[in-house]
Amino acid sequence: MADISSANSSIVSNLADVRHVLLVLSGKGGVGKSSVSIQLALCLVKAGYKVGVLDIDLTGPSIPRMFGLEGKQVHQASTGWVPVFMDDSQRLCCMSIGFLLQNKNDSVVWRGPKKNAMIRQFLSDVFWGELDYLVIDTPPGTSDEHISITEYLKDLNPDGAVMVTTPQAVALADVRKELNFCKKVKLPVLGVIENMSGFICPHCEECTNLFSTGGGEAMAQEFKVDFLGRVPIDPAFNLIIEQQNQQGIVSKSSDSTNENTLIKKYAESNLFKVFTQITEKIVSKCAKCDPTTIYGNATRNIREFALQ
Amino acid sequence: MRKLHILWYFPKKYTSQRILLNAKRFFSHSLPLAGENALGLFSKFSANSPLKQSPASIARMQRGLPAKRRLENIKNVIAVASGKGGVGKSTTTVNLALAVASLSRKRVGILDADLFGPSLPRLMNLKGEPNITDKGQLIPLINYGVKCMSMGFLVSEDAPVVWRGLMVMKALQQLLHQVYWGELDLLIIDMPPGTGDTQLTITQQVELDGVVIVSTPQDIALIDAKKGANMFRKVGVPIIGIMQNMSYFLCPNCHQSTHIFGNDGASRTAKEMGIDILGDVPLHADICELSDLGQPIVIAKPDSHHTKCYMNIAQRMLSKMESSSNH
Repeated sequence: MADISSANSSIVSNLADVRHVLLVLSGKGGVGKSSVSIQLALCLVKAGYKVGVLDIDLTGPSIPRMFGLEGKQVHQASTGWVPVFMDDSQRLCCMSIGFLLQNKNDSVVWRGPKKNAMIRQFLSDVFWGELDYLVIDTPPGTSDEHISITEYLKDLNPDGAVMVTTPQAVALADVRKELNFCKKVKLPVLGVIENMSGFICPHCEECTNLFSTGGGEAMAQEFKVDFLGRVPIDPAFNLIIEQQNQQGIVSKSSDSTNENTLIKKYAESNLFKVFTQITEKIVSKCAKCDPTTIYGNATRNIREFALQ
Repeated sequence: MRKLHILWYFPKKYTSQRILLNAKRFFSHSLPLAGENALGLFSKFSANSPLKQSPASIARMQRGLPAKRRLENIKNVIAVASGKGGVGKSTTTVNLALAVASLSRKRVGILDADLFGPSLPRLMNLKGEPNITDKGQLIPLINYGVKCMSMGFLVSEDAPVVWRGLMVMKALQQLLHQVYWGELDLLIIDMPPGTGDTQLTITQQVELDGVVIVSTPQDIALIDAKKGANMFRKVGVPIIGIMQNMSYFLCPNCHQSTHIFGNDGASRTAKEMGIDILGDVPLHADICELSDLGQPIVIAKPDSHHTKCYMNIAQRMLSKMESSSNH
């Protein structure tokens, strides 16, 4: 226990300038947690916030590839490890074990204690600096990574978890477990996003519910959490992500507006409109709490006490 | 402890040779306490049983890595794995098992090794807690002629399993060695996503005859599938082949096909890594709908295109296994 409390104090001091911490969770694999994390990050950046993305899926890190940052190095500074920035404007940075692997096909076959140590280092040794939002992308399940991240972030009072699911019953069964896990560890749930909800055929515009529909909303009502929105399947999004790595133009700004190509392409896609609404809902929920600096929480508690 | 004493006084005439009627596990439907007995199994005649110590304690007492064992009375054990989540491992496992059973009349069993997100109960339309033999072994549930065991039968549907790696390891050891499978020709292990504790435990404890890698065509999924395949190569498990799931979508309205998740990525990866391609299964809303109802498509629509795909894959898999066992 002494270990955890000393680790927590170094984590709290390292993340003191991060205003809001969001976790993207789902009990089920393959529902689109990483896709939702990066879309959330891109929408927040477009809205003018400074965002960091932490990928704690150690065995299947998808974030570097999705941002087109594969092959980038993590540098050491006197203040700690420097997270990898998306572009020169430095409004979006990310950290993942994917940057630390020598070969991208190397598998990380670790048991719990080593994974916990890595997550602790990501939280306490990476120089995140001043951020408006830190989005944490998690692996599926309710194992070591999830127990550790909730323990380490306990003293920081994270704003909450965004639950991602697909509409089918097989996925919902696992996401229910995750919602119960959040209840157990007293992590607030900001809402549920129903991903891969419907596919519109590009040839005839007919909508087919490939993975059923409506299940996410029903589950949100059952658990009395907010339903943030439905995101359809868009093959164009997959194409944008895959082209990122083929073209390799990531850290250079594409034109005089200094805007990264990924952000620009994403802003032109169909999913951007859907996700902007979801992001606005999340931002308004986070704004209801005071900024999550350690001092912010203390002033809020004092204020509440004074109002009693 | 009271429960155990009552059972000791249970008259012998009510117990059959193998099945102890109404025997439930300790701490049924609640998370068991830490210790050797992660799943809360017990043995009535433990003092007289030939296996005086549980497999879990035997493994722990050994120096170094636990010894790999062949599972008793099971001819072949294969795993269906992928580094990535949500590519359709469980759906593939279920449909492959049923395809193998119908093609070759083999006795097939499925072990769901995903402790955190067990899908097998829903996919096979099975509910209820398994009974226990007098030797303290779990009796698998049967549906569609296939024996199944999953963590999903041992905890209630909404209860999360919030365990660290050590408990996961203990539970897996019990699921591997303390299930009464009887005589089986083929046991298929449905692996969870990732390359963590579960995968390590299973590859270290059991001699696997092969692994089928499942992936969707997109690069993001293939990177993780490659990691999964490399892991199995490292530990010396032969890779039977790669199966491409959700390969394309055929619109039921206009019958045009769209490559939603990319085009043929798995075939390229298979060539790069020198792995055989077992086959393709396209996307169809029916597969999801029927899976949710607990009717695998191989059973519900035996004449459909998808069933044919699964049958072809099963056929290729069986012929590969036969040819490698003949060498």
